[in-house]
Amino acid sequence: MSNKPSQLQKGDPTTTGHEWDGIQEFNNPLPRWWLWTFYACIAWGIGYTIAYPAWPGISAATPGLLGYSSRAEVAEEIAAVETRNAPVNERLEGVELASVGDDAELYSYAVSSGAAVFRTWCAQCHGSGAGGVQASGYPNLLDDDWLWGGDIDAIHQTIAYGIRNEEYDDARYSAMPAYGDMFTAEEISQVVNFVQTLSGGTANDPAQVEAGSVLYADNCAACHGEAGEGDITQGAPNLADAIWLYGGDYAALTYTVTNARFGIMPGWQDRLSEAEIRAVALYVHQLGGGQ
Amino acid sequence: MLNYLKLIVLGLITLFAMMAASYARDLAYQVHALIVMLVAAGLFLWTLRRTDEPAAGRDLSLEYNDGVIRAGVIATAGWGVVGFLVGVVIAFQLAFPALNFEWAQGYLNFGRLRPLHTSAVIFAFGGNALIATSLYVVQRTSAARLWGGNLAWFVFWGYQLVIVLAATGYILGSTHAKEYAEPEWYVDWWLTIVWVAYLAVFLGTIVKRKEPHIYVANWFFLSFIVTVAMLHVVNNLAIPVSIFGSKSVQVFSGVQDAMVQWWYGHNAVGFFLTAGFLGMMYYFIPKQAERPVFSYKLSIIHFWALIFIYIWAGPHHLHYTALPDWASTLGMVFSIVLWMPSWGGMINGLMTLSGAWDKLRTDPVIRMMVISVGFYGMSTFEGPMMSIKAVNSLSHYTDWTIGHVHSGALGWNGMITFGALYFLVPVLWKRERLYSLSLVSWHFWLATIGIVLYAASMWVTGIMEGLMWREVDANGFLVNSFADTVAAKFPMYVVRGLGGVLFLAGAVIMCYNLWMTVKRAPAKEASLATAVPAE
Ligand code: HEC
Ligand code: HEC
Ligand code: HEM
Ligand code: HEM
Repeated sequence: MSNKPSQLQKGDPTTTGHEWDGIQEFNNPLPRWWLWTFYACIAWGIGYTIAYPAWPGISAATPGLLGYSSRAEVAEEIAAVETRNAPVNERLEGVELASVGDDAELYSYAVSSGAAVFRTWCAQCHGSGAGGVQASGYPNLLDDDWLWGGDIDAIHQTIAYGIRNEEYDDARYSAMPAYGDMFTAEEISQVVNFVQTLSGGTANDPAQVEAGSVLYADNCAACHGEAGEGDITQGAPNLADAIWLYGGDYAALTYTVTNARFGIMPGWQDRLSEAEIRAVALYVHQLGGGQ
Repeated sequence: MLNYLKLIVLGLITLFAMMAASYARDLAYQVHALIVMLVAAGLFLWTLRRTDEPAAGRDLSLEYNDGVIRAGVIATAGWGVVGFLVGVVIAFQLAFPALNFEWAQGYLNFGRLRPLHTSAVIFAFGGNALIATSLYVVQRTSAARLWGGNLAWFVFWGYQLVIVLAATGYILGSTHAKEYAEPEWYVDWWLTIVWVAYLAVFLGTIVKRKEPHIYVANWFFLSFIVTVAMLHVVNNLAIPVSIFGSKSVQVFSGVQDAMVQWWYGHNAVGFFLTAGFLGMMYYFIPKQAERPVFSYKLSIIHFWALIFIYIWAGPHHLHYTALPDWASTLGMVFSIVLWMPSWGGMINGLMTLSGAWDKLRTDPVIRMMVISVGFYGMSTFEGPMMSIKAVNSLSHYTDWTIGHVHSGALGWNGMITFGALYFLVPVLWKRERLYSLSLVSWHFWLATIGIVLYAASMWVTGIMEGLMWREVDANGFLVNSFADTVAAKFPMYVVRGLGGVLFLAGAVIMCYNLWMTVKRAPAKEASLATAVPAE
């Protein structure tokens, strides 16, 4: 017999008569609403599996009366959007890029389409606001400091084939030599000190600037220009503005000159349609720095 | 004689582990081999010292084996705090990515700590709670001592070893990369051995029971143990690359692998976090409320319905993926049919309180159990709703899922476990009562507010994020980038982290209260810890 007080109170329903460690169980029936809701769910479930693809057989599953397929549904939705936009995309592909701005409707379509392309494919590297990632080699696309040219056709070219990738022969290409092998540590330090002054900054060690300017004129000016103005035909950055792709402090500059840099961007020619590439080029162009 | 055999086996394991450590192909394996070596060597010495000692002559067969339950209670509380702490850390890492410190890259960044959190809370906290309570309940409701002598201790310590190997493995980067089944092959093998021993202890005790019937809590515990064994073995089928390395290759691949994984994943929820914990509920609520279970019929029907239907619902984790449509449909349909069987447990839990509702005011422990059942009901309504394809197309991949997980995990699993611990500690340490009921109240409110902050913030971000992802402009183009949605979630991430802090604080208070119960609360006079049938 249980040596604990019983759990029962006056007026309780009957129990099953079992007891475990003082626990008893009432003989209550299943709550009606519970049972009926359960039945309703089962009935609905049977109906649903008749309507939709459901029961697997040997070689295929029952297709369902509604002939539904999630893949077909997606394909239809995509096709609907594509058909709707086909005429305007055709127009976009047909016109001179520079003259899209004259057609207000086409232009606004292109910019909103380009914005969506950018958020999906470009934001990972250039930031969702196109501000770039400072000092990491991902350029800011909002300013008018262009590595490879900021008119609409140049931007289109950059996007279509990318930069220094191995996929496209038409990719923009250039390579800065790594001076770690050619210069002594002292020479590197000298030229870095000089580069610091190009954009109006102060050199870490002003005494080295003089020697640095000679080294610069002999080695660097061919690409970066006499006054450090850069050269968009070979993607050599302007060193005379205070905008840096990889950072303008002494340590970052030393690293750049010693090891060189080799920024790579994929090309989009085969990933996006021509209309999309044009749209995103127009989008980038109107961000603020387009020429 | 047995001791000599043990000595030989332990000696061999020590030697093999030593060899494995020196041939190890990766760091995680090496560390694990060293851990195994130390454990086996320690056990060797311990066994050696006890060999040929006269055995203590007391007959224990009429007493319950409560030592192993006490150890389980301590482990549950301890791992709980660790798991919640890691949860709080990763919550703040999501809000403030700078907390992925540079110096700790590759060890303590979010990607390494996330599985540490999920395994610590589910398997270390939840698993220890289940093992301890099931072994307690099966003894009391069978009026029998645990079968198998010290086998229960093997289960306890073996399981702790699994936890230590899993946790160190994650931090050192050894993983199967299957959610909730991350440990590598040798840990899986060891867990299989431990789990079979657990099943043997549990079943053995049921078989030698002195009560005529098997109590409903034990049906749930048994279904949990058996099903988890099956899920674990199938989902972890893999071939080791080398016996001296932690890497292994999965047997399934592609969409089959995904399906097996979520058949496992969903039933880990169904049998670990639901059936096992329902077993807990079926014992502790009637005990604490001192009222009979509401309906025996309901318990039978909902038990069989639950275990039959749960098994088929896994595909709702893979809606709109490479999974064929038919599987998706079945997953959704079974999930919805699962709604009422799940609620059967809630009804039986809540209605057991009829005639004892006044206890809600006076007893914070019962309040904890009741709110736990409430959260169970809520998440088993939310779950079927989320498994509807149209809803899932919004909720999937968003924080809504995370909110659903934690209203179940913190609300249901957490709270019922806390209730059980508050019940068990005075009984196991033979105290008259808990040290402080007002601290239990504090715990209750901190945890409840913590859960509300957690769940509400995740619903808000989840739905916001889902809507932002599908937002398109007049031309049908996407409006937001992924990074925009992440930025928009920031405030809610902070709120979630704060909710976690409150929940953690409550658990720390509980540990203090339980500790003081053991230390300070008045002792109980005569002990009733003898195995006497109730009838
Ligand atoms: C994997 C990273 C990555 C992705 C994705 C990417 N870019 Fe770039 N992009 C770069 C890098 C790096 C550079 C600078 C290369 C260099 O050093 O010359 C660059 C340069 C550019 C430039 C030239 C800027 C200038 O000053 O001349 C344009 C324009 C540009 N990206 C547009 C885009 C667009 C549009 C997309 C999406 C369709 C895109 N990028 C996707 C990495 C990326
Ligand atoms: C062959 C042409 C070439 C020569 C010669 C050359 N550079 Fe460059 N330089 C480049 C190109 C191209 C880049 C851009 C690399 C990129 O975008 O990844 C660059 C980048 C740089 C940058 C990084 C600019 C930023 O915004 O972060 C610095 C600094 C620089 N060069 C300095 C020098 C100095 C100093 C010398 C001479 C010692 C030199 N370069 C010689 C082509 C050249
Ligand atoms: C202090 C309490 C807790 C906090 C702060 C917390 C926090 C977190 C965080 C931040 C994540 C990652 C979410 C993401 O990736 O976006 C997570 C995941 C998870 N947590 Fe917790 N957690 C807590 C308690 C628990 C408990 C008690 C359980 C289970 C019993 C649990 C189970 C899980 C699970 C299963 C996941 C993975 C969810 C998924 O992949 O969908 N957590 N938790
Ligand atoms: C009838 C009961 C339930 C159903 C039908 C259900 C259904 C679902 C659905 C549809 C998802 C989202 C899948 C996705 O979009 O990825 C989900 C996720 C989840 N649920 Fe439930 N749920 C139920 C009960 C519970 C309970 C009680 C718990 C916990 C105690 C729980 C824990 C989880 C976890 C951990 C996940 C996240 C899995 C992951 O992605 O990592 N569920 N559930």
